[in-house]
Amino acid sequence: MTPFPCNRRTFLNRSGLSLGSVAMASLAARSSMAAATSSGALPGLPHFAPKAKRVIYLFQSGAPSQFESFDYKPRLEELQATELPDSVRMGQRLTGMTAGQASFPIARSKFAFTQHGSGGTWISELFPHIAKQADDLCVIRSMHTEAINHDPAITFFQTGSQLAGRPSMGAWIAYGLGSLNDNLPSFLVMVSRGTGRAAGQPLYDRLWGSGPLPSRYQGVKLRASSEPILYLANPAGCPPQIRRQMLDDLRGLNQQSLERLHDPEIATRIEQYELAFRMQSAVPDLMELADEPEHVLEMYGPEVQKPGTYARNCLLARRLAERDVRFIQLYHMGWDQHDNLPDHMSKQAKDVDQPTAALIADLKQRGLLDDTLIIWGGEFGRTVYCQGTLTNETYGRDHHPRSFSIFMAGGGIQGGMTYGATDDYGYNIVEGPVHVNDLHATVLHCLGIDHERLTVPFQGLDLRLSGVEKRRVVEEILA
Amino acid sequence: MTRRWRLLAAVLLVVSGMQAGGVRASESEVPPTVAEPVDFAREVLPILAANCFACHGPDEAERAADLRLDTRDGATEHVIVPGDADRSELIARITSADDELRMPPPETERQLSSEEVDVLRRWIGEGAAWARHWAFVPPVLPEVPACVDESWPQSAIDHFVLARLEREGLQPSAPASRTAWLRRVSFDLTGLPPTPEEVRAFTADASRDAFEKQVDRLLASPRYGERMAADWLDIARFADTNGYQNDFNRSMWPWRDWVIQAFNANMPADQFLVEQLAGDLLPEPTQDQLIATGFNRNHRMVTEGGSIDEEWRVENVVDRVETTATAFLGLTMGCARCHDHKYDPVSRRDFYQFYAFFNNVDEQGVYNERRGNVPPMIEVPTADERQRLAEADTALAEAKQRLADAQVDLAATFAGEPPASEAPAARLRALRDRLLVAKIEGEMPANAAASAVAPEEPAWVASPVGEGVDLVGREASHVDLGQLITPQADDPLSWTLWARLDADGALVSKMDDGAGYRGFDTIVLGDKRLKVHLVAAWPSDAIAVTTKVAVPREQWFHLAVSYDGSRTAAGVKIWLDGVALETNLEQDSLKGEINTAEPLRLGRRSSGLFLDGSLAAVAFFDAALTDDTVRQLRMADLRRQVPDLTVAIDAIPEATRAYLQREAAGGLRLEVERLQKERDQLAGSVQTAMVMRDRSDVRPTYMLHRGQYDQPEESEPLSPQVPETLGTLGEGDSKNRLDLARWLIEPEHPLTARVVANRLWKQFFGRGIVATLDNFGVQGDSPSHPELLDWLAVRLVQSGWDMKALQREIVLSATYRQSAATSESVRERDPENRLLARGPRRRLSAEMIRDNALAVSGLLVERLGGPSVKPYQPAGLWDDLAGGANGGPYVLAEGDDLYRRSLYTFRKRTVSHPTLATFDAPSWEICQAKRGTTNTPLQSLALLNDTTYAEAAAHLAVRMQGDEEGDGDLAEQIGRGFLLTTSRLPEVAEQTSLTRGYGHYLDYYREHPDDVTALLSHGGSPIPADQHTPELAALTAVAAVLLNLDETVSR
Repeated sequence: MTPFPCNRRTFLNRSGLSLGSVAMASLAARSSMAAATSSGALPGLPHFAPKAKRVIYLFQSGAPSQFESFDYKPRLEELQATELPDSVRMGQRLTGMTAGQASFPIARSKFAFTQHGSGGTWISELFPHIAKQADDLCVIRSMHTEAINHDPAITFFQTGSQLAGRPSMGAWIAYGLGSLNDNLPSFLVMVSRGTGRAAGQPLYDRLWGSGPLPSRYQGVKLRASSEPILYLANPAGCPPQIRRQMLDDLRGLNQQSLERLHDPEIATRIEQYELAFRMQSAVPDLMELADEPEHVLEMYGPEVQKPGTYARNCLLARRLAERDVRFIQLYHMGWDQHDNLPDHMSKQAKDVDQPTAALIADLKQRGLLDDTLIIWGGEFGRTVYCQGTLTNETYGRDHHPRSFSIFMAGGGIQGGMTYGATDDYGYNIVEGPVHVNDLHATVLHCLGIDHERLTVPFQGLDLRLSGVEKRRVVEEILA
Repeated sequence: MTRRWRLLAAVLLVVSGMQAGGVRASESEVPPTVAEPVDFAREVLPILAANCFACHGPDEAERAADLRLDTRDGATEHVIVPGDADRSELIARITSADDELRMPPPETERQLSSEEVDVLRRWIGEGAAWARHWAFVPPVLPEVPACVDESWPQSAIDHFVLARLEREGLQPSAPASRTAWLRRVSFDLTGLPPTPEEVRAFTADASRDAFEKQVDRLLASPRYGERMAADWLDIARFADTNGYQNDFNRSMWPWRDWVIQAFNANMPADQFLVEQLAGDLLPEPTQDQLIATGFNRNHRMVTEGGSIDEEWRVENVVDRVETTATAFLGLTMGCARCHDHKYDPVSRRDFYQFYAFFNNVDEQGVYNERRGNVPPMIEVPTADERQRLAEADTALAEAKQRLADAQVDLAATFAGEPPASEAPAARLRALRDRLLVAKIEGEMPANAAASAVAPEEPAWVASPVGEGVDLVGREASHVDLGQLITPQADDPLSWTLWARLDADGALVSKMDDGAGYRGFDTIVLGDKRLKVHLVAAWPSDAIAVTTKVAVPREQWFHLAVSYDGSRTAAGVKIWLDGVALETNLEQDSLKGEINTAEPLRLGRRSSGLFLDGSLAAVAFFDAALTDDTVRQLRMADLRRQVPDLTVAIDAIPEATRAYLQREAAGGLRLEVERLQKERDQLAGSVQTAMVMRDRSDVRPTYMLHRGQYDQPEESEPLSPQVPETLGTLGEGDSKNRLDLARWLIEPEHPLTARVVANRLWKQFFGRGIVATLDNFGVQGDSPSHPELLDWLAVRLVQSGWDMKALQREIVLSATYRQSAATSESVRERDPENRLLARGPRRRLSAEMIRDNALAVSGLLVERLGGPSVKPYQPAGLWDDLAGGANGGPYVLAEGDDLYRRSLYTFRKRTVSHPTLATFDAPSWEICQAKRGTTNTPLQSLALLNDTTYAEAAAHLAVRMQGDEEGDGDLAEQIGRGFLLTTSRLPEVAEQTSLTRGYGHYLDYYREHPDDVTALLSHGGSPIPADQHTPELAALTAVAAVLLNLDETVSR
């Protein structure tokens, strides 16, 4: 498959690098595999010196509950099973799933919270590994959104608009900043299915689409199959040497057309065939884990051995970060705990806790965390009141757009801090509200982009990721 | 870029004379000379719009310093002194060096170029003439300009183009070769390449109208409608799924087929518009006209549980507004949803008045977890369905007639039965001895137990077998038979009765509900099925048997239940009108005893199940029944009402007669029921189409604050109306979509015909005369050839909106016939080919790339229309995202459906088909007037490795080999392949290169027979094994190279 006699893996094997020198190997890998400078950036971008060069977005699809993760609400212990006061709810709209409920009994978290790290960050017992990374985390407890159902809410997070057709965050960033890598797409997407809910919420291509931007900026899905990128493998009966000969013939013929017609698209096409050929070795090299030392694999937990799991995707995210892929998007499905929350959410948390923590630690030990921005979170929060029957053992929570928690880490973000606060019910934000579009503004800021100045004309207005309203960079959380 | 180019053009305007080879007078500095007055609409307005209107435009809410520059009054009130640029504050401000004063303000990052300042300065100097934006002024037929070179133009189109070129000092390119033109026009009109035979015929055709004949052939091809539909489907956001969350399937292909047929029939463009916008409001609309309105139902649809209905209904309406505005007005109205348009004179009020046209559809916003098409919709049976429905209707009508004709023949009915007087005695003697009778025949039977009394005196009703009791569904309304019988679980036990039911309840019981339901009963369930219990302790120690079919309501029937004492459920049998019923055995575990002190009751159980219905002739037997005995008992009951078989049927008591008549028709009635059921099922599965249908009571329309569904500004109800700046529909009655449609096609309408003509132009030249196909507003691109656009628009209207005629004129023009080859200097001068100094060359669309491969390899199946199909797609794509749970997995098509045109490929909105999406096909979530064209490595991978192309390469190789003796010559084979894929024969260098490659491939495949077989076995039509030669494999590799040529995927 690989046409070159010596790829990075064999190089590493031959050079006998010790397992302790991963950081060095990583640097070697970056310099050998990635172009040092960005290509294809818009003129004038970045607008100012960036703190982060790349993003890993760990999207928790279905909306994890803040009450069992990062928003510690001790008063709920005494309020357990009491009715949510109207003074708190204030006529907030509810989904059609609980709008008809006769009663809205408060459900406390079944899981205990403790403080972690130098900043005393409250984290629930469901996330023991992530808790150990508390000094690198900035937990935002005051996120809020406008959507109340999954489809518009996820679309809002990923594209800045609830409605389809806008470019996704990764597409914007690839469009604005260009690629740092000559052999891989600049925006890659990986999907995994959680164990907490059998039929998770589906995802949609539009979440990594390019909208009105040229489609080369759309996310490319990296799949857990034998063909990680669509159509990557030569068809059966066409071995590499035949393929190389075909490409040489093709290039010769296309070159003749170019000389006759002077159409620059022909020159581009010639280049794209060569890039495709390089991807055919770069992608398998990316997916092949034989060069990962045992102790690194162990960091990510046993599931890392299974392709398609969140753990495997986290490890691949690190490998993509090493290769300077600009925007690495993970989706983990199954966080929609309308019922049986304690059981289902424990499973979901177990899926992601160790691998997420490992990814942060692994990037850090390779010196990559400083210029990699990590985001972890879902599309909205969950209600403090119980959906369905509340017992001491179990309960469910409906969708709650008014307040929820996410965390960020790495490039440009202060570690060991908690930002924003909600009331005793975790229902309304009382301090430091962060709108979804504020988050977009902040992410772009970390990458050296002024969110008001990255625009394209669309349907009669200057479209931007951070929407049409005035939005702000959350300066308080910046390093 | 656009603006810079326009200014360069102005600079070159003064140069006269012509020079061969394109660029004239090079880029040498020519002093600008004032030639013509500044054109406000084309030169000034775009500058003001781009730089000033955001704060000083139509949007009242955003207007700064109370200054508006979008009207002459506003502009000349303070900042412009007509005729005196130096005294105009506007010029001072835009040229100020002071950041505090300069406009636009520094934070906008906009600054006017010196050329732009110059335009404004000259314009003010000339008196600051004002004009409306060009696109809002109705087009008039412009004079066809004269050209220096009168020999080149073939049509008026060419005069417009050449006049412009001559002004620019450019020359048109030489004509393309005949083959290049034929390839170009074949793709542009049919989406498919010309066949080698068509190429040969055309190149050999010396007649004067050779070109015209080709165009007429292509316009008449059914493939034309398919190709035209492809573009329209993007605008109409047509897809096969709902697009949100679960993304359930819908079935709107009847609308898609309507579009294809409309194009093929050359439906006039105005009619095409009216039927899609308002076909349902036409007088007595045809089915096709209703289907056409699906245009405004193609939008996405929410089915996500818990979604708020009004929120998404509003989104449906907004989508219709935006789509209609883009499709027919070439305007972006969406921004006016929240605020007055910043650039174009479309106010919020305009938006919501336009919205009112589409706000009255009889629809929901959320169809909770519902699959398939949703109302309003109509049935549109396919030809096959129509025929099957007609057949079912005929069969049903015939069966009903036979039923109506059925007569009671008493002799036949009671054939073989003994006379009434003898009936029980003769045939049931053995049984009679064990008969435990509680016959209810007018009075309580003398031999019934003394306690057999009804606590509430029952009413008596006529039954087919004499009088029966009528029970009314209350506790007191039942018959208590005391301890008439006391059966044990090991004893056989049977009962027969006549019943007429109004509701469910217990027919017979001797059961203690409070003691684990010990006892036995026969009850009618809510779903009208019968259930028989024999219970020691429910449910662990019990028999329960349920019939599979329901018993009738509101008509008398005979029921028999028999238990054989075997303690098995199989020992329970039930007969309805003498016919044994199939049963489900639900409990089969009877071990204990069933006796209880509760009385034997008719019409209730110990604690409920009160029967609403009538009972007659109830009898109990301490024996099991057989088919024969049941039949005899039933006949004996009836026979007692018919003492003499010779009596006229009319003389028999009415209830009995009615029963006998139904009985006589029994088989016929079942037949009618069966046929009715079949017919209903067929009708239920018939193809439907979602259509527009308005509610009879008008849903009020209000402006929505910031566009929010839950913030209507109810103080001011709005009526449907068109944007003020474009006209008005007049006073009087409330206007509807039909009024809107008719307004759009008025000959004087400034936009509609221009928008249509512009889109047609883009179809052939790759870009519109207005490049922003979806935006003819102030912010849109200025037309490259404004007079030509108006000429095309007016011609279109004058021709009766004849699209084929206009297309014919375009493709026969000298402009279109030019060669695409050009020098680098000309290309540099006009990279986008705005001026049309060369022929249009561009990559094929996503659909065409695949269709071309299918066509040249001979795999294409040219079947028009029908449900969408599922050609090759990498496994698991749907499952990755949705678990395959909602639409089910992607089931690969079989046979012909693998090779249908890409127009018919199933369009799942949330998971795009990669064969199309890779080549810039949209996801059809929203209206899209124009696709991008990208050039990516993923496209290279797809063309090299997708099964579609691997299979096509092998089949192309077979075609290249030829099937006759003497075709074996390699040069000929390669030439044949080259002609198929590029529509021309290879040059020597190309031939040499491919021949050399072939040699390499052949060397390899001679050594690797397994790879030969593998290479020739891709897809659903593998090459037969006897053709698996190294030569064919090598030729397949050559074919794959040919399919990947830039020239193959371009036209």
